[in-house]
Amino acid sequence: MMTTQEQNISKTIPNQYPPIIDAAAKMQAINVDVWFGQKQVLKSVNLTVKPNTVTAIIGPSGCGKSTFLRCFNRMHELVPNAKMAGQILLDGENIYSRQIDPVQIRRRVGMVFQKPNPFPTMSIYDNVAAGLKLTGVKKDKNLDEIVRHSLERATLWEEVKEDLKKPGTSISGGQQQRLCIARAIALQPEVILMDEPCSALDPIATAKIEKLVTELKQDYAVVIVTHNMQQASRVSDYTAFMYLGELIEVGETRQIFENPKNKLTEKYITGEFG
Amino acid sequence: MMNRYGFRKFKNRLFFIICALCVVVAVIPLVSILFEVVIRGAPQLSLNFLTAPAAKGGIGQAIQGTLILIGLTSIIGIPIGVLSGVYLSEFGNNRYAQSLRTINNILTQFPSIIVGITAYGIIVLALGAFSAIAGAIALAFILIPIVTRTTEESLKLVPNNLREASLALGAHNWRTTLSVVLPAAKNGLVTGVLLAVARIAGETAPLIMTILGSRYFFQGFNQPMAALPLEIWRDSLQPYPDLQAKAWGAALILILMVLIINVAVRLASRSRMKT
Repeated sequence: MMTTQEQNISKTIPNQYPPIIDAAAKMQAINVDVWFGQKQVLKSVNLTVKPNTVTAIIGPSGCGKSTFLRCFNRMHELVPNAKMAGQILLDGENIYSRQIDPVQIRRRVGMVFQKPNPFPTMSIYDNVAAGLKLTGVKKDKNLDEIVRHSLERATLWEEVKEDLKKPGTSISGGQQQRLCIARAIALQPEVILMDEPCSALDPIATAKIEKLVTELKQDYAVVIVTHNMQQASRVSDYTAFMYLGELIEVGETRQIFENPKNKLTEKYITGEFG
Repeated sequence: MMNRYGFRKFKNRLFFIICALCVVVAVIPLVSILFEVVIRGAPQLSLNFLTAPAAKGGIGQAIQGTLILIGLTSIIGIPIGVLSGVYLSEFGNNRYAQSLRTINNILTQFPSIIVGITAYGIIVLALGAFSAIAGAIALAFILIPIVTRTTEESLKLVPNNLREASLALGAHNWRTTLSVVLPAAKNGLVTGVLLAVARIAGETAPLIMTILGSRYFFQGFNQPMAALPLEIWRDSLQPYPDLQAKAWGAALILILMVLIINVAVRLASRSRMKT
């Protein structure tokens, strides 16, 4: 735990990224506040996600990193009693503005969850095609091609090409998680959000997902929440450190891990608390 | 020490014996009823008994009536029950739904004779005649709360992360419910529906006030109709041994029909284990 003095430090830190719209950003969070009922869990968080990069969000349990991530595709709204203030821009457009349908945002900003969650009643093939079918995209002649391409992209095709008709839950946990990534890719999103995608997986499966994440940035902007600092340093280009609902420091991953500017970040990185 | 241990063993055995005795006491009446019905009902069974109308000494009209009632009630009741259950489970996070849930739980235990009188009051009197459709509506009143409740409960067993997965793909709520949640809850749903159907198949009281009973095959949805429970009730009160024997036969058929539905339930729940 921290001393009172350290908590005071964290509260006096000025916003590292003032709310200036960054034209080069794929997504940008500006002064995001979130409350669950009366409790404020995010305090004026700012973050810029650049295209074709991996941004990692690290921090101890309960610091609000998953909540923050879920603001990026409006999944956060599904939690009862949750309130949100501030803006999140996607290509410069506020995704929380009134004219925008959250459903449209979720098609552009895909998400991979902590626990692999393929649809148990669907085959591997249908799981990948689910996004297209559920969102009412007309039956595409190229569906087979999209499924194949998505599975190849998720480096799963070679392992399942013979078993496309088998249930999505019949494969291993690591394969299921890559299936979920393929399912997200099939919709051709612009950004992929990953909420601790490896926390339920063994080291070998984790290594595969990490390799995949670094490949995915060729086509997408990836935001990954993790409480595994080694993972953040391995896969990401930028790292944001959050603590008690505030964004303490953000910068290039190398700088954050080798030369953190903030004392709290340094303490967390060196394992003094967590 | 040994003595104390012996006393514990004795207590353990005593408890076991009391439990076993209670099971015997509970099962004896059930087995004896089943036994009696089979012994007395089986000799009645013949092709004529199963297919001929009352005038020719059969219960064909009652079997037909019960099947029509089950079908009609299912058509009216299952969609309403399932959709109500979907509402309570997927959209029931408000005060309105809370009170609906409470009322529904009371309705699942509602005395069926009161349902019958209600249906008599609002349908039979309004239409001016006893009718098959009034009976089906009365039975639907009994079926709907049961189906609503079992639907809600089986939908709540579907893990939330499946809903999130679907919503995160940009699917609408209704699409998520139809294509992801309902299929995942299918086995529980089917089990609940079949149990409710088995329950209404044996209801007698609401039918007395609605379909009345008939000696003829189906005459029309706005006409009185026969049903197995009514046949049993009427015939068993008659002073003539041949009619009483007919009631035993009808009872056996009704039990067999419920048994068949129960076997269907078993088969449905077995497929759940496979997946």
